[in-house]
Amino acid sequence: MSTIQLNGAARPLAQGTTVAHLVTAVTGRAILASGQPADGGRLGVAVARNQDIVPRSQWAGTTLEPGDDVEVVTAVQGG
Amino acid sequence: MTETLTATDPFIVAGVPLGSRLIMGTGGAPSLDGLGAALVASGTELTTVAMRRYAPGSGGSGGTNLFELLVENNIRVLPNTAGCFTAREAVMTAELAREALETDWVKLEVIADEHTLLPDAVELVEATEQLVNRGFKVFAYTNDDPVVALRLEQLGAAAVMPLGAPIGTGLGILNPHNIELIVSRASVPVVLDAGIGTASDAALAMELGCDAVLLATAVTRAQDPVRMAEAFKHAVIGGRLASRAGRIPKRAHALASSAMEGRPDL
Repeated sequence: MSTIQLNGAARPLAQGTTVAHLVTAVTGRAILASGQPADGGRLGVAVARNQDIVPRSQWAGTTLEPGDDVEVVTAVQGG
Repeated sequence: MTETLTATDPFIVAGVPLGSRLIMGTGGAPSLDGLGAALVASGTELTTVAMRRYAPGSGGSGGTNLFELLVENNIRVLPNTAGCFTAREAVMTAELAREALETDWVKLEVIADEHTLLPDAVELVEATEQLVNRGFKVFAYTNDDPVVALRLEQLGAAAVMPLGAPIGTGLGILNPHNIELIVSRASVPVVLDAGIGTASDAALAMELGCDAVLLATAVTRAQDPVRMAEAFKHAVIGGRLASRAGRIPKRAHALASSAMEGRPDL
């Protein structure tokens, strides 16, 4: 069973899963090929894969590999 | 009323005019609804958020998330690098924030330890230089050392934000002389950030010549956050007006306000 690390926890990885798929699974919101949310709102989310930021325009085109270390971050209360 | 005031005394930071000199933070609020009401009551147009791992409840299919709350209320978002101890962490956090929130404004916060929460000036100066080179508009949260404040400005910070007292202490402005000195030597906006406890602290910051005030705890942890937010709104306006109105000097001896001539012979 292939896994990735998502926000510090192990998660099963199905072959062919893209960053866009992962963002949808995590946020519950469909993502267009452009990286924008399909519902037309503001997503407010960024993704880093192995310490490199994956721009939203590349989410749909970036396929995750077993062992990838992914961080999905957003704005929270603070400061 | 605000429009009249800002027309003659505009607050411009990073090239953008803002109608309020009260910048709000979002830390410490028990609920998103309460936070929203307080932000609206404060009249703020710029509010800071932290960047953390997405967790269910951060926002989602059910309700509004924090970012959307700000967007809905026409409040510009200022992501911060809260929780960063090194320049490297702060730069990475700023890049994530820029990508997530689509802004190149960042409140740069690099602290030395979790107990004092005081800024680490060495890492802060390093991070400011790197972020300015990467095209960020850096709002640098710093201590009240006038030398560090000037250095940050020289490195290209869009605003310098000295603390009044450590974060969350509510002690007010511990060294007003240093704040005055920072203001007198600055060519970028000076924002008093951290340690504010109540309205008079904010008014004092403005009377010392600060261009704006940033606060969170003083509102979010007050017993009545909405009322306190409104208090701060007025305090910042009042303090700014007073700072521009030319106060009377302090005198050693009394000066009668009523003339002695023309008194009846009683």
